[in-house]
Parts: sequence; structure tokens; C-alpha cells
Amino acid sequence: MDITPYLEKVCQTPHAIKLNLKLVSVGEQAVTLTLPYSKEIVGDSINNYIHGGAVSTAIDTACGAAILQAQSNLRAMATLDLRIDHVRPADSGVDINVYADCYHLTHTIAFVRASAYTDDVKAPIATAVGTFMRSNKQFPIT
Amino acid sequence: MSLVEKINDIKLHHDYEAIVELIPYAQTIGVETSMVGESIVSSLRFMESNIGNPAIPALHGGVIAGFMENAALLHLIWEIELVNIPKIIDVSIDYLRPGQPSTTYSKCDTIRLGSRVALCNIIAWQEDITKPIAQARGHFLLSENRPI
Repeated sequence: MDITPYLEKVCQTPHAIKLNLKLVSVGEQAVTLTLPYSKEIVGDSINNYIHGGAVSTAIDTACGAAILQAQSNLRAMATLDLRIDHVRPADSGVDINVYADCYHLTHTIAFVRASAYTDDVKAPIATAVGTFMRSNKQFPIT
Repeated sequence: MSLVEKINDIKLHHDYEAIVELIPYAQTIGVETSMVGESIVSSLRFMESNIGNPAIPALHGGVIAGFMENAALLHLIWEIELVNIPKIIDVSIDYLRPGQPSTTYSKCDTIRLGSRVALCNIIAWQEDITKPIAQARGHFLLSENRPI
């Protein structure tokens, strides 16, 4: 399935550009994006582990993209809540992938779950569940 | 020097600003620290690169999460006698209002400080502390069990 222009938008916000987030694949209601390793997102300058906050950002962004994918339009949304379990630290120097799945949509709420991993989606470094409010407005295309 | 030794040295000299230099991600998003009484308090200066929704414009939810996680981490590092660097176990964030393009402040309370795990509550606000933009709670691992 192709990455649609509106889906590309989630990786083109100033902060997504800062972290260099890249969409790598999309499914019907799911997406995978990559958070490339960089010195700028390190949380511990001795061991060079990636900061949990950067992982949270990648997860939040992937969840938003999964919702866009599930609803097939640019309807805006806002994170209501996000719960993240940091299962284990990622090895230093390794890119992180996030798979996010929007498994249910109501008129008002989108339900998502996500998993962050390095090599194997079945051996996550972090897992997350969240809910998003769905807006009545569209994201403006600029 | 190990990270714990470095941090203990920073604490000894009360050099709270130096702690952010050990955390590149905190510098990337613009975290600043100050002392309020005996507590370390984090703030997040506005940076264009922290925008997640250019239309409103609003801060990226992930930046707010990262800032709050980091605030709790610094709070614990400052509060407790360090043996290991606290490791985040889980965090749950409720987003209450959009983050405006201005400075964000945080307040962290330790709800329970055990020998192995700490539970923290964090709120983040901008102009008005009674109108927080997000609240969060998170568990941090302070020390591991020895393998059985």
C-alpha cells in the first residue's frame, strides 16, 4: 500500500523533522515508522541509550498516523491519553521502529496500540496504548 | 567516571544546570533547570522545532511527554541517594489542553518511594498552574532484584 501525501504530513511537522521520523510502511489501519538513532536523542551520555521521551514522541506520531490511515482522510485529532511501558532499553546506536495500529474508531474517539522495537516486532523495547479525540476539522494542507 | 559518580559530583557542587548537559535529548527539546528551595524544577523553553501541529500551532504531544518524563527523572535524581540512575518503567499521560508556543513548567511529586521502585506524579502547565496542559504518572526502577 502506498504512503499517501496526507500521511506524509505527520512526518513533516517541525518536531518530526527534528527527530528525523520516517514512515516506512502502511497497512489498512496501521503504520510503521522509524526513529533513526542520533546523538541528539540520547538520554544517558555515558551509555548512549535513547531517551524515553524520544520513544514517546515516535509512538505518539505513529499512533496519529495509524488513525489517519484508518479513517483515510485528514481529519484532525488530539492525544487524550497515552500509556507507555518501557520494556527494556534499546541497544545504543540502533534505529527504533514503531508499529501502531488503530484498532477501533468511534465518531469521537480513536483507540490505538503501538509497539516499539529494533529488529523484531515480537521483542519490543516499549509498548503503548492510547486514545485520541477526533476533531470535526481537517488538518489544513499547507 | 560513571554516570552516577558524575551526577553525585554535580549534586555535591549544587551545579543543577550541569545535569542537563549529561542528557543530550533534554538539550534538544530545550529543558532548563532551576532550584526552588531544595527541589530541582524543570522548564521547557519554546522552540520552533518542538511544534507538532503547525496549524494551531501546538507543541508535539511527544515533546510534552518527554519533558515530563525527564522532569520526573531529574526530580528523583535530586531527591534520592543514587546507587543507579532511575530507569523509567512506565508512564501514563493525560493531555488536557494544547501546548501553546510558550514556556512550559513542571511540578513533580513522589507519591511512593520504595527501595526498588518510585511512583511519581507530574503536572505540566504554561501560563496558569490551575490550568495544566498535561498530567502524568510514572514508575521508575531504582534498583533491580538480584537474580534468584
